[in-house]
Amino acid sequence: MEIERKVKYEAELDKNFLREIIELSHCEEIERCIQCGTCSSSCPMAVYMDYPPRKIMAMVKEGFKDEALRSFTIWLCSSCYTCTVRCPAQIKITDVMYALKRKAIEDGVYPARFSIPVLDKEMTKIIQSTGRNWEIGVVVKLYLKTNPFGLLKMAPIGLKLIKTGRMSFKKESIKNKKQLRKLLNLMKEETNA
Amino acid sequence: MHEYTYYPGCSIKGTAKHYDESLISTFNALGIKMKELEDWNCCGATAYFSVDDKMAIAISGRNIALAQKQGKDIVAPCAGCYLTLRKSLEFLNDNPDKVENLIRELAIIGGEFPFNIKVRHPLEVLINDYGLDKIKEKIKKNLGDLRIACYYGCQVVRPFTDFDDPDYPTSLDKLMELTGATPVDYSPKTRCCGGSLTGTLEEVGLRLNYILLREAKKKNADVIVTLCPLCQFNLEIYQDKIVKKYGEDIRVPIFYFTQILGLALDIPIKELGFSRSVIPLNEFFARV
Ligand code: SF4
Ligand code: SF4
Repeated sequence: MEIERKVKYEAELDKNFLREIIELSHCEEIERCIQCGTCSSSCPMAVYMDYPPRKIMAMVKEGFKDEALRSFTIWLCSSCYTCTVRCPAQIKITDVMYALKRKAIEDGVYPARFSIPVLDKEMTKIIQSTGRNWEIGVVVKLYLKTNPFGLLKMAPIGLKLIKTGRMSFKKESIKNKKQLRKLLNLMKEETNA
Repeated sequence: MHEYTYYPGCSIKGTAKHYDESLISTFNALGIKMKELEDWNCCGATAYFSVDDKMAIAISGRNIALAQKQGKDIVAPCAGCYLTLRKSLEFLNDNPDKVENLIRELAIIGGEFPFNIKVRHPLEVLINDYGLDKIKEKIKKNLGDLRIACYYGCQVVRPFTDFDDPDYPTSLDKLMELTGATPVDYSPKTRCCGGSLTGTLEEVGLRLNYILLREAKKKNADVIVTLCPLCQFNLEIYQDKIVKKYGEDIRVPIFYFTQILGLALDIPIKELGFSRSVIPLNEFFARV
């Protein structure tokens, strides 16, 4: 057994983390969290999380940057907004989770080969190029990247969808891609500004 | 006169074709007009907000500006599209200073700013604009002793809670009641189906959907009706796997609310997309 220190010294915390996440989430209220646990008890995903939402809020407030960004919790959040409508301090917890996901991708610290961020990224890529999502294309790519053998297991479901005419083999595309690209480029500039 | 701009969304072109078919038939039968949004793009759903929120706002902004040009409120049947478009519209109208360049461009596309159109869900349009009384007059067929579990999922009733209760909504129950069917007291009606996580983390997804299906069975529901392509897909498509994993027969047909409403309006079955059900429907059709 390896013995390691379980408690952080204050000097090791990231003092800017709270500000950063407030800015990214547009949620000023994080500071008002009273640690009541309403979010954790409402969250349908909490039983699978390494830290329940209440703890994530405390980590953000106190600057436990590494722990929060490397947690599975943020990727397990399904954006169901139950916590957000129930929080007595009006904290938009779902938006905070989104902000943490973006920060984790930006810093490159999300769990490797973990399928959720891979799916998110594949989907944004196809939307940027065609303007449309393409369910089957994205799913196939996702499996190839994270779990090639999983594709075989999906075959029975695929067959059912084909039989009922619910699988679209056509990659759809919008007409005015130029317009979409222009808008996206505008935002790239704003992000860098 | 009820006229709207229809934003179908990507799922409707694939796994949710029967939502499209039944929505269009029921709205036609009720005399509600929808014109598809010209050259709409994907809303980005939860994925885009996880990767880059400014880009997410930009792609939704394009849809909103195009809809502004068409001049009518958007009707978005997918819960994910509905929420994403509503959230983006609110952000753009409330924070023009944060995304000035984008707003300038969107104002050119849309012809004006701030945008004065709204983003609506078809359920809310039926309840608030059309009205339950008027729908009742149009009902031609009584669905008799059918028991329905009304499943609302997450993103139609949250976080925007201006048309129903976020925990225990009742609007869909009231609508289904008009068909003569009995909505059952379905306590997990707003509990999450896992959304896209059901595809990425099957272990988690199967359990979430098992809980929803088991509760419907416990309440003796004959069918579950849904409002969203992702909910419908998750609840229906994984049933074989769930039966295998939990050893319990939780099989039950999963429909869109527009399919059931369409039946009661006496729209021909083939126009309501019932043939797209993966679950056999013999028992169901023997009853209605
Ligand atoms: S519900 Fe709100 S106040 Fe309570 S612990 Fe969660 S974030 Fe903090
Ligand atoms: S939005 Fe995320 S954190 Fe909040 S209750 Fe839902 S899954 Fe849990």
